Amino acid sequence: MLEAVEVTRLFDVSRPFLARLMAGEAKRMLRAVDGASFAIRRGTTLSLVGESGCGKSTMARMAVGLYAPSAGAMRFEGRELSSARRDAGLRRRMNMIFQDPYASLNPRWRVRDIVAEPIRAFRLARGSAVAERVAELLVQVGLSPADGQKYPHEFSGGQRQRVSIARALASEPEFLVCDEPTSALDVSVQAQILNLMKGLQERLNLTYLFISHNLAVVRHMSDRLGVMYLGRIVEIGPAEAIFSKPQHPYTRLLLEAIPDLEMVGRARTPVGGEVPSPISPPPGCTFHPRCPLAREQCRAERPAVTRVGDVEVACHAVAQGWG
Amino acid sequence: MSAAMRAPAGEHAALLEVRDLRVEFPTRRGVLRALDGVGFTIARGEVLGVVGESGAGKSLTGAAIIGLLEPPGRIAGGEIRLDGTRIDNLPQRAMRQVRGKRIGAIFQDPLTTLNPLLSIGRQLIETIRTHLPLSEGEARERAIRWLEEVGIPAARQRIDAYPHEFSGGMRQRVVIALALCAEPELVVADEPTTALDVSIQAQIIALLKRLAAEHGTAVMLVTHDMGVIAETCDRVAVMYAGRIAEIGPVREVVKHPSHPYTVGLMGSIPALDRKVARLTQIDGAMPRLSAIPSGCAFNPRCPKAMAVCREAKPELRPAGATLAACHLYGAAHV
Repeated sequence: MLEAVEVTRLFDVSRPFLARLMAGEAKRMLRAVDGASFAIRRGTTLSLVGESGCGKSTMARMAVGLYAPSAGAMRFEGRELSSARRDAGLRRRMNMIFQDPYASLNPRWRVRDIVAEPIRAFRLARGSAVAERVAELLVQVGLSPADGQKYPHEFSGGQRQRVSIARALASEPEFLVCDEPTSALDVSVQAQILNLMKGLQERLNLTYLFISHNLAVVRHMSDRLGVMYLGRIVEIGPAEAIFSKPQHPYTRLLLEAIPDLEMVGRARTPVGGEVPSPISPPPGCTFHPRCPLAREQCRAERPAVTRVGDVEVACHAVAQGWG
Repeated sequence: MSAAMRAPAGEHAALLEVRDLRVEFPTRRGVLRALDGVGFTIARGEVLGVVGESGAGKSLTGAAIIGLLEPPGRIAGGEIRLDGTRIDNLPQRAMRQVRGKRIGAIFQDPLTTLNPLLSIGRQLIETIRTHLPLSEGEARERAIRWLEEVGIPAARQRIDAYPHEFSGGMRQRVVIALALCAEPELVVADEPTTALDVSIQAQIIALLKRLAAEHGTAVMLVTHDMGVIAETCDRVAVMYAGRIAEIGPVREVVKHPSHPYTVGLMGSIPALDRKVARLTQIDGAMPRLSAIPSGCAFNPRCPKAMAVCREAKPELRPAGATLAACHLYGAAHV
């Protein structure tokens, strides 16, 4: 349904023009996403995980066309997204759920107006049908129709996220991008929202691009999983395959690092180092400074994608079997 | 740093003892009781985890112990004892001596904890010299040793760097060094890894755990992340609406929780090693302080609520290997 082909997104982080000219500096570009490819089939969930600054959110924004790729192509049902954005019919079919339910709802609008906005904008209903549709959506996300009278501040975080979901569903989309939809919520509330999202997916045959840094949440939600590091997808494949047998050293590090309930009293061997700056990423494989398997080749050459079963991995060690 | 100080939990008398702690916030519409009869102990060298959802009162408990309650919040009842001496009623000045020297604090956001205008070395040296009788040079050497100990590479070169020159993970290491450099007996760590990425989080937890063991420091670790608790702590206290719902050895609380809230909480955490079709969910949300239900505060969300739950507040009683505040266990009425 959605396909990303070698997409790259650069951000200009140079100093202001004059200051740069005086200091005789070159332009500085930040590669937020660097040649990432993936595809999502209808009715399934692809999750992207990674640590802060790995390009997950930039990818999410490109997936709904909020950012245009600097290179490569983002296609929705075979159509280039940059041109599709001008087509309201196509635009209606994709929507986004944001991380912070406190910032993504207009505090001065009543919930019914927030949820009705996409319906009015796309002229999906008129007159009293709008109110009926809003009530239906609120019930669908587990709120009561009477909640439409209220303002966002009258709701708790979890309920606000339900309002965001109702709004995202208002345009009857088929494809939803969820950027960390539960990371601002408490665990018991997070469980409610994740259950709701899964239920809606089954009922409405929705396609999700799910962005999160929480691997346990991702495991619960996804069919396929992509692991990002410094703007690149280092491993992508069926979620179960990656969780049961992670190939890339970074994926293994991530899975190892997560504190888990099963690990009571575990003595861990933490891996050192941090994510380097994407403005000047290390040459070759960007993970090599932290990688326990790194060799000379990793410092010089960017690894190509290798297939191991259903999983695609970008790692010299995996490709050549010294992993 | 001596291994002799490492002692298994429980062998020593409690270092920190909190009894029936009540914290109140007077407001125009009446007094809100944010903590209602919280009690627990921490032994030397022991790590006690305090978990709960936002608003459960876990951070407030930490703030009360280090004497940094935000006014108008105030301790309205109960006692806090450090090594037998009461510290909850100390005047500001005396408390400032205790805090830093005997109790160290680590907060969530390393950027706001450090003074951006002073080099990290300056901050460390100042803290060390305030609490220990050392000369400037000795304090500087000790500061470098601490930076090395918390894993800052090239500590000698970086001691004069400013906080903004460090990454988030490195800053949190500096904060830990700062909290430990006066060699306190107790460290209160409030969400020390929440602002960090998982791979960094793992490093910080391992560091905290090692230092606590090596120095025999008692740690109170406040967090909402059960995974962190499971891995780091000896015992855990689960808080709900200003009270402790369950407290006990971490393995028991995680594997065989007694209180229905703990059961729900454990079920709602997605696991890494298996996939379930649906997560257990606790319907509803934690009550607001202004509208805490009578009896057991959890009763409106509890699947096992009985008539008595709406009437009487349950006290902590033995339930399996843990203590749970639930009418399902022990005598129903007091």
